[in-house]
Amino acid sequence: MSHGMMNKKVIGSLLLAVVLTACKSTPMAEKPASVEDKSPATTATAPVKSADGAADTSSVKEVVIDSNANNANNPLKDPNNILSKRNIYFDFDSDVVKAEFRPLIEAHAKYLLANGKAKMILQGNADERGTREYNLALGQRRAVSVKKSFNLLGVQDKQIETVSFGEEKATQNCADENCHQANRRVDIAYEND
Amino acid sequence: MSALQKTILSMLLWLSAFVTPTAHATLEIEISGGSAQQIPIAVVPFAQTGNLAKVSDVVAADLRRSGLFRVLETAGVANHPTELSQVKYGEWSALQAQALVIGRVEPLSGNRLKVSFQLADVLKQQQLTSLEYNITPNQLRMTAHKIADAIYQKLTGEAGIFASRIAYINKSKGRYALQVADADGENPQTVVSSNEPIISPAWSPDGNKIAYVSFEKKKPIIFVQSLMTGQRLTLANFKGNNSAPAWSPDGSKLAIVLTHAANSQLYAIESDGTGLRQLTKSSAIDTEPNWSPDGKWIFFTSDRGGRPQIYKVSSMGGEAQRVTFEGVNNFSPRFSPDGKLLAMIRQDDGKFRVALQDLANGQVQILSDGAQDESPSFAPNGRMILYATRAGGRGALAAVSADGRVKQRLSESGGDVREPAWGPLLN
Repeated sequence: MSHGMMNKKVIGSLLLAVVLTACKSTPMAEKPASVEDKSPATTATAPVKSADGAADTSSVKEVVIDSNANNANNPLKDPNNILSKRNIYFDFDSDVVKAEFRPLIEAHAKYLLANGKAKMILQGNADERGTREYNLALGQRRAVSVKKSFNLLGVQDKQIETVSFGEEKATQNCADENCHQANRRVDIAYEND
Repeated sequence: MSALQKTILSMLLWLSAFVTPTAHATLEIEISGGSAQQIPIAVVPFAQTGNLAKVSDVVAADLRRSGLFRVLETAGVANHPTELSQVKYGEWSALQAQALVIGRVEPLSGNRLKVSFQLADVLKQQQLTSLEYNITPNQLRMTAHKIADAIYQKLTGEAGIFASRIAYINKSKGRYALQVADADGENPQTVVSSNEPIISPAWSPDGNKIAYVSFEKKKPIIFVQSLMTGQRLTLANFKGNNSAPAWSPDGSKLAIVLTHAANSQLYAIESDGTGLRQLTKSSAIDTEPNWSPDGKWIFFTSDRGGRPQIYKVSSMGGEAQRVTFEGVNNFSPRFSPDGKLLAMIRQDDGKFRVALQDLANGQVQILSDGAQDESPSFAPNGRMILYATRAGGRGALAAVSADGRVKQRLSESGGDVREPAWGPLLN
């Protein structure tokens, strides 16, 4: 989560406490009592035949996906080219694009303006604190903030899609704020990466 | 129950299990707590041959796991009847059993089985119910769950939930798998697996399909997949994010969250992917929709007031009204099946925990004690709430009864399990 409202981290060992503190159960009645039939009157007490004619949903058909595309040679992948730099980091509880990322954004804007068919995807990210869907929405806010920086440089919306990975790409089990900060970022991707 | 599992401390209602690290490792379940008025019940080993699951073990484990029964040890009783005429009630009242379950599994021609059981009131010395099933061998475990449901319903007056399934996401070795398992964690099967994240699984009301969000195309897209055929429908693949699918109670529509080029907003879409219409219009985050069981309302999370809280909007769209006012932040609203309670994730003191609000009087009870609990999901009878928690740096599933008395923990060795969703009862 990227809001600044919490700073405590996960304490995994709480689980044992969860289990242990819940172990009180009241002793049973000493004498056997009669059990009460609480079921609705419509429930049959006579033997009932159960047909298995209904669709058997017990077997599940599995689908396997592998979306790792081939990495062809191009300037976007050249490690010596600034276009290979793809991460924009944010301060705590902020969606303001910092000045240090200006050259990176300008380089990608230039590439988009020179390559009218290129489509950029801005992927927002949040740290792991909070619910997944809410963090997806928070990551989106940062992606939109970066998109506005590109718009100011003349790049049209038709070349940019803003999406969010929420906390899905976040480093898990962060022990400190530096770790969380690395997760508060927007990644630049291209449609044909 | 599989041969891999064994009871460790039944008096404290602990059930633990050993699991071999196979590709389809079974969820491990621990239980603690219990109702104040547990019904003492004896489940006599069924007359049964062969290597199939022992029906009486599955029934006993189900009843024990509910927290409403004290399942008595039957090994010390000399006679193990398999028909009512053989029952010596004195032996069972001496054990302080109030209820007695007996039964048998018999082979039929054509590789079929006949499973029958009888439930008796020990004090009154009379039969309460009996059922008989004609099944294939691979239906044996689910039949045992149905027997447990019949016993549960007869003795508590509520519908059982043992013959239901749960869905969850299992992250293991860099891959994400949407899996479904029986409510006791057994029989896990992979619905879809991907090298990119999968989140937000949601059962169709008939239990035949699951909607989910997959990042396989570098962005969140909503799919609806048939469990039986594996056929996938791309429900929503609009520009921007497509996420948070929630089925309408009649299964005809879903509420979803789209961003197009801006902030997250609620939309409704027909279950075939047509008829998109916008439900909320705000400059804030609106997400995590959930339909009221009567279909009239959609509750959701929004930070339009500055911080995330629960709001509601008519399922036809319109002005939103705020629902929650307590707690620093509230997320993930989920209606109980009767529409009277609202489970949610409440954030207070930096901790995210499952909270339950009575919608009639507004009273809230905190039900979980983790620090990062998420994804509450009601059992079909409303008695338990399944949720995601973290343990030892990994995701695990937990369940708590709506009265907070019974707690269960489910985890898978080697896996990182999250995003649980409890499915409807199987017919």
